[in-house]
Amino acid sequence: MIATARKRTGYLLILPAAVWLAIFFVVPFYSLLATSLYDPEGSVLTGYDMTWHFANFWTALSEYGGVMLRSFWYGALATLFCLVLGYLLSYAIAFKAGRWKTVMLVLVVAPFFTSFLIRTLSWKLILADNGWVVNTLQAIHILGPEGRLLATPVAVIAGLTYNFLPFMILPLYTSLEKIDPKLNEAAADLYSNPFTRFWKVTWPLSLPGVVGGTLLTFIPATGDYINASLLGSPNERMVGNVIQSLFTTQGDYAVAGALSVSLMVIIITMVLVYVRRAGTEELL
Amino acid sequence: MTRIGRWIGSHLVLAGGILVLLYMYIPNMIVAVMSFNDSSGARNLYAFQKFTWNNWLHPCAPEGMCSSLVTSIEIGLLATFFATLIGTFAAFGLVRHKFAGRSLMNLVLFLPMATPEIVMGSSLLALFVAAGLGGHLGFVTILIAHIMFCISFVVITVKSRLAGLDGTLEQAAMDLYATEWQTFWKVTFPLVFPGILSAALLAFSLSFDDFIITNLNSGQTVTFPMFVWGAAQRGVPMQVNVIGTVMFLVALAAVILGEVGARRRRKAIAAR
Amino acid sequence: MSQVSSGTGRDLRLSGLQKTYPNGFTAVHDLDLVVPQGSFFALLGPSGCGKTTTLRMVAGLETPTAGSITIGDADITHAKPYKRPVNTVFQNYALFPHLSIAENVEFGLKRRKVADSRAQVKAILELTELAEQAAKLPTQLSGGQQQRVALARAIVNRPEVLLLDEPLGALDLKLRRAMQVELKRIQEEVGITFVHVTHDQEEAMSMADTVAVMNQGVIEQMGSPYDLYTNPHTTFVANFLGRSNLIKGTVVGREGAGDDAVVKVDMHGTIATIKASKVHTDSKDGWLGIRPEKVLIQPAGTAIDAPGSSISGGVVTDASYLGVSTDYTVRMPWGQEIICFEQNTGRRGGLIPVGTQVDVSWRPEFAFLLDASQDADAGIVEED
Repeated sequence: MIATARKRTGYLLILPAAVWLAIFFVVPFYSLLATSLYDPEGSVLTGYDMTWHFANFWTALSEYGGVMLRSFWYGALATLFCLVLGYLLSYAIAFKAGRWKTVMLVLVVAPFFTSFLIRTLSWKLILADNGWVVNTLQAIHILGPEGRLLATPVAVIAGLTYNFLPFMILPLYTSLEKIDPKLNEAAADLYSNPFTRFWKVTWPLSLPGVVGGTLLTFIPATGDYINASLLGSPNERMVGNVIQSLFTTQGDYAVAGALSVSLMVIIITMVLVYVRRAGTEELL
Repeated sequence: MTRIGRWIGSHLVLAGGILVLLYMYIPNMIVAVMSFNDSSGARNLYAFQKFTWNNWLHPCAPEGMCSSLVTSIEIGLLATFFATLIGTFAAFGLVRHKFAGRSLMNLVLFLPMATPEIVMGSSLLALFVAAGLGGHLGFVTILIAHIMFCISFVVITVKSRLAGLDGTLEQAAMDLYATEWQTFWKVTFPLVFPGILSAALLAFSLSFDDFIITNLNSGQTVTFPMFVWGAAQRGVPMQVNVIGTVMFLVALAAVILGEVGARRRRKAIAAR
Repeated sequence: MSQVSSGTGRDLRLSGLQKTYPNGFTAVHDLDLVVPQGSFFALLGPSGCGKTTTLRMVAGLETPTAGSITIGDADITHAKPYKRPVNTVFQNYALFPHLSIAENVEFGLKRRKVADSRAQVKAILELTELAEQAAKLPTQLSGGQQQRVALARAIVNRPEVLLLDEPLGALDLKLRRAMQVELKRIQEEVGITFVHVTHDQEEAMSMADTVAVMNQGVIEQMGSPYDLYTNPHTTFVANFLGRSNLIKGTVVGREGAGDDAVVKVDMHGTIATIKASKVHTDSKDGWLGIRPEKVLIQPAGTAIDAPGSSISGGVVTDASYLGVSTDYTVRMPWGQEIICFEQNTGRRGGLIPVGTQVDVSWRPEFAFLLDASQDADAGIVEED
């Protein structure tokens, strides 16, 4: 009797969220799926016919497969850089910051309250052709005299790395903070040098944070088009740019839908495989 | 030797961490500096020309900027309110009640976080168009979208706080003559509140900063990120940097005040 | 038997109480129990024996599958936790972390809208020596202080029954012993019925008037600590409460009548006598039990000063000197090793070396006889 009442309360509590997500997340995905199978000859004005046009997927992947690959490549590189930088900072905060822990955490989050578009635009200034960064790099011959950073893959990946760094740091910090520093001492007592201590103790224990952080970084970085638009050139176009322009300027809903669905399916598959291999299913 | 090595090792990590932190602040410093830039008549809008107070004295000078800011704040507050309410309910339901379909619900909540914004935005657009709302995109459709993607983050945040809550505290309250209702308001809620608060903060910042989903579902409505985006194509007014700096300072002040307040409260309790 | 009922009619009574979980596990099996008003009652047993479940049913935190719980005439079997004149001291104390010590203690009084709650809080904090800590938060206190807050928070409500769930388990040994004395003092001062759940037999024995030993959902034996120790009814009680030597024996005859009745037992060729009141088996075979400190030991050939049931032919295989006493392990002629604790009175002027041939003996009135069908190792606990 009590159990059923509790069950009913449980359903009532999740009802609003379930309904909202069903209508505005699940159903839209379904209509996106439908859109991806529309006759590509239609338009927003004339309407679309449902023709089960699976060829849209072929069009999308053959025409934009390269862009898609590039997106995954940029996303993966940005995630890797985020992991290195984020791990360094999270580790420093968790184990070395002492009483400055809270202050440093606040400092990590604070810059991100400035709109990310504004911050990304300021990278344009930093990496500008006559800026001191480019000048310095030219002076030390890393860049040629005509070399530039803006409108190159370097700028786009740097922008992605910068923008999604906090998504890496917060989960990493959360799992690093849980590690008892005494474990390190125990490992040292058991004849491990700092290097093995890190790889055999700290790193495995921080894996949930690594998995969470890489997912939270990789997914939005791959789908992003802001950085490619503001810091790159058409040569650095990512899948987000294509989908956005197909939807908004070209009005090619069918192919745009097919491309979106493909992106989603690939990402979800990768996430599931990754999470399973990392052995941290409880994240789901 | 080993002691010196250890000192260097430990401080190297800290120094590296601080360098990363500085890297994260470079754009904010640029934004702050550029907020004093006098760009009138300049061709290159991405270099500092001349110092001026003008941008700070007339922050709303660029047409449409401040109204877009107001729109963003309105949407942010409304989305935060609804997403926090709905998400907190769901978190309680998921942590405190066992029912069939719980894992399905968890999956549905996880998916929005694993979906690229461009996919979410375009699928919502596909829905609105299919529902014949293609011509009515605007404030309401943006709000709907924002509530949708904020819910998952609220649920995750509140859930982790709730899961960390010691269940015997509530049993103790009931044992001490508190009814279910009193137990909730005197014990459960105060203890979960910090989680709800940080969920709300997160929701607001996600909503306020969203561009990709908003851009696809906004119709004629212009939010602040959309204003910046539009301006970026022509040349960004320097006042945008003023807003950016103010946002940063407000956030910093809020966090510091919150921390000071919490400390003072602890002290006050200790002194009583 | 200890006191049965104080006769004031507000006893806690559990009748036919049963708890079976949905997965089929029966934690408490058909339990009947009367806790006299004002007594200090201990439920003693290993973890998983059902003692905590019993306690939680009395507190109203678990619903019994069958049976009833009454205090005096009031049936509280299905009453909500907040409708029972019962309070609990939780194992982890469950102090509200967001409330000060004073607010924690005042919590129950406020819920019941007691008028002079402030004054009562002050009084109880003084009784528990916490007046200095009133304004602090729980995390600022030591373990022992937190324990006292949990106690104060419960007894300030003057419940009819106070339940204590392993309340001293989280404290270190020294503090635990100090708190035992403290708890006993407070119980005597407030006169509330205490039901104390513990797995620590020393804790139960030092504080409780009555101890119920629980095992696998049933009460094995109940009585005063003295009765339980000197006259255990089962091998579980014999081993769980202190230690026992259990020696296989066969009943060969009975003599005498009334209080003087004794049973003769043949154990590996030696005849021992046991008082009939300490015989707890109907069959011919049994375990003869004798506490280690009751076993006297003497090198073979010298006289034992308190002769009784005596066996010769033992060999000392181990001697641990503990200062106050020495623990000897003696291998008996039939291969079994028995233990013997000897007070170091200095009379012997040294230890008996390992390898020495010895005689062991005990006074017949200390021995007891248990059912042979029971496991001789039941209830043996690893020392912690």
